[in-house]
Amino acid sequence: MSSAVESADPEPSFGLRTWLRSLGSRVAQGDVGSLPVIGGIVLIWAVFWYLNPNFLTPRNLTNLVLQIAGVGTISIGIVLVLLLGEIDLSVGAVSGLCAAVMAVLNVKRGVPAPLAITGGVLAGTAVGLIQGAWSARFRIPTFVVTLAGLLAWQGALLLVLGETGTINLYDPTIDALTDTFFPASVGWTVAAAVIVIYAASGLWRRQRRARAGLSLASPVEFGASVVLIAALTLVAVFVLNSDRGVPLVLLILLGLIVLFDQLLRRTRFGRYVFAVGGNAEAARRAGVNVDAIRIAVFALCSTLAACGGILAASRLLAVNQSSGGNDLLLNSIAGPVIGGTSLFGGRGSVWTALTGALVISSINNGMDLLAVSSPIKFLTIGGVLLAAVTIDALARRVRQTAGRA
Amino acid sequence: MSVIERQPILQLHGISKHFGAVQALSEIDFEVYAGEVVALVGDNGAGKSTLVKTIAGINIPDSGEIMFESRPVVMHGPRDATRIGIATVYQDLALCDNLDVVGNLFLGREQTEPPLPALNEEHMEKRAIEVLSTLAVKLPSVRTAIASLSGGQRQSTAVARSVMWDAKVVLLDEPTAALGVAQTKQVLELIRRLRDQGLGIVVISHNLADVFEVCDRIVVLRLGRRVSDFRVKDASREQVVAAITGADIGRVPEDDPDAGPGAGASA
Ligand SMILES: Nc1ncnc2c1ncn2[C@@H]1O[C@H](COP(=O)(O)OP(=O)(O)OP(=O)(O)O)[C@@H](O)[C@H]1O
Ligand SMILES: [Mg+2]
Repeated sequence: MSSAVESADPEPSFGLRTWLRSLGSRVAQGDVGSLPVIGGIVLIWAVFWYLNPNFLTPRNLTNLVLQIAGVGTISIGIVLVLLLGEIDLSVGAVSGLCAAVMAVLNVKRGVPAPLAITGGVLAGTAVGLIQGAWSARFRIPTFVVTLAGLLAWQGALLLVLGETGTINLYDPTIDALTDTFFPASVGWTVAAAVIVIYAASGLWRRQRRARAGLSLASPVEFGASVVLIAALTLVAVFVLNSDRGVPLVLLILLGLIVLFDQLLRRTRFGRYVFAVGGNAEAARRAGVNVDAIRIAVFALCSTLAACGGILAASRLLAVNQSSGGNDLLLNSIAGPVIGGTSLFGGRGSVWTALTGALVISSINNGMDLLAVSSPIKFLTIGGVLLAAVTIDALARRVRQTAGRA
Repeated sequence: MSVIERQPILQLHGISKHFGAVQALSEIDFEVYAGEVVALVGDNGAGKSTLVKTIAGINIPDSGEIMFESRPVVMHGPRDATRIGIATVYQDLALCDNLDVVGNLFLGREQTEPPLPALNEEHMEKRAIEVLSTLAVKLPSVRTAIASLSGGQRQSTAVARSVMWDAKVVLLDEPTAALGVAQTKQVLELIRRLRDQGLGIVVISHNLADVFEVCDRIVVLRLGRRVSDFRVKDASREQVVAAITGADIGRVPEDDPDAGPGAGASA
């Protein structure tokens, strides 16, 4: 931070105390953000580590990363849909169907892997366009359209798979999606790049605000965020390097999260997604094409579901009749909600796809290590989801009373 | 009186509008001058909202003529009205609670940085601060979400949004209906400031206290007809109430060509 930046600050607010106070007042107004889920992850990790020290080993944490890649990718799309105040129940089925499309193209039709993957992803886009347009055209709640989708695309999965019911994947490119680990040097380079880009873009924004004569966040807050990101990145890379190295699939997941986070927060499209979720009528009157935004979001959601399904297939090295089934749908929706994205629309962040998936997978993984039976796992995750939704509902009430004051 | 010297900024001639069997507006004449606040009062169903929606381009009148800055205009939708400088603030305000003040002020008109699709937040925030300070609207921060603003602050934000794009006429539907005493004062203050900046303002209100406090002229509608036009300084509350309810006592100023519309509007 140059001193020129500071001096242009019309209302300099230095110090940790100012920052804590502003944080405190945000929480008091019901803007709890990601605080509960971060606290939750720390608590869950501490408990499992206490119960079984194997939980926090590099090997297990790497496995955790591999476990969340598929569901986390699907959850990114769920965040978009939740921001609109809608729901997509078809993502599990769509992820299975699109993985099957890719598998059939690659294995049965001999299409090269990159093209087969593209085909699978585009199948997802098509499904989303159909569901979104159908809901918009006939004014049917997306809840119902995607419920129909959940059933129909499951049927389509069985049709595509054909009589064998299972397609094994041999292609090295598809395999590599989830089985590539970078050497330590690459990991450190990535870490350095992340830190430099984060700090530089933060400084660049501060400079722009200063030049426009706008108030700046306290340098302490900014400095602290850089240090925090740097520490997290370095620790993560260190841990992953201690096992097999930074997995490609983690970079894919984080890349998608950053991409969609920027799309939501920095573009007109993202602004309209929030606006439609907050007050669709107001958005419409302001000239926003609400139907187009809805259709686009559902297309993106199904596209991301397809990506998640392909990652899951790559990990399993097969697509079968239960691909995209089991608790995948429920976890992909529960994740963002646990992370703090509101079910009521208009509030949330793409990062909750990651934090929520981390919570759910940590509980699953930790309980597996402790050999806890699966009924207890389901009960626990159900309880966590209920707690998260309750926090959301309470925060909403606090916000409303704070607004009326 | 010098009606010739000042032309109304907005003038309606013989506007009629029916919905099925209901004649919501019959042969309405109405006019607003720059720098005046006109109250539109009348009982429930008198046609106030219908008239405002006609001016805002939402209702297409069955007959009659609308002149804006002395030129006849035909509006096919709300966008046409906005384009020529008629801004409307509806009772429900149409704000997005989850977006901050800047986001709401620029909703649908976000500024981007041409090579990139990225929003130019700095430019929008700066402009928002300027607009709000010209209107002396006080907010904790332009980055506060609408949800955590008070009713008066929300109303002020909605008004600021509608006038910041070169509005010349502002239509306000019950701007103080849901507000407490202090909040109402804030909003009336804002209306005065808009008038001082030379805008023509139409306020629908059921609250005669507010009307008498801030308005220059009161137009009374009853069953879709314009029944009276008072200059606030010459009118008593009883006269206005009588005109609204139909128990007219005294003279109806409309019958007197000398007390023509806008004559009392010199600010
Ligand atoms: N879209 C519509 N369709 C049918 N009738 C309508 C419509 N809009 C208004 N009306 C009718 O026109 C008449 C005038 O209504 P309007 O809403 O303009 O009254 P108002 O003066 O605004 O009343 P209030 O004080 O209750 O808001 C009423 O009888 C109403 O029922
Ligand atoms: Mg009305």
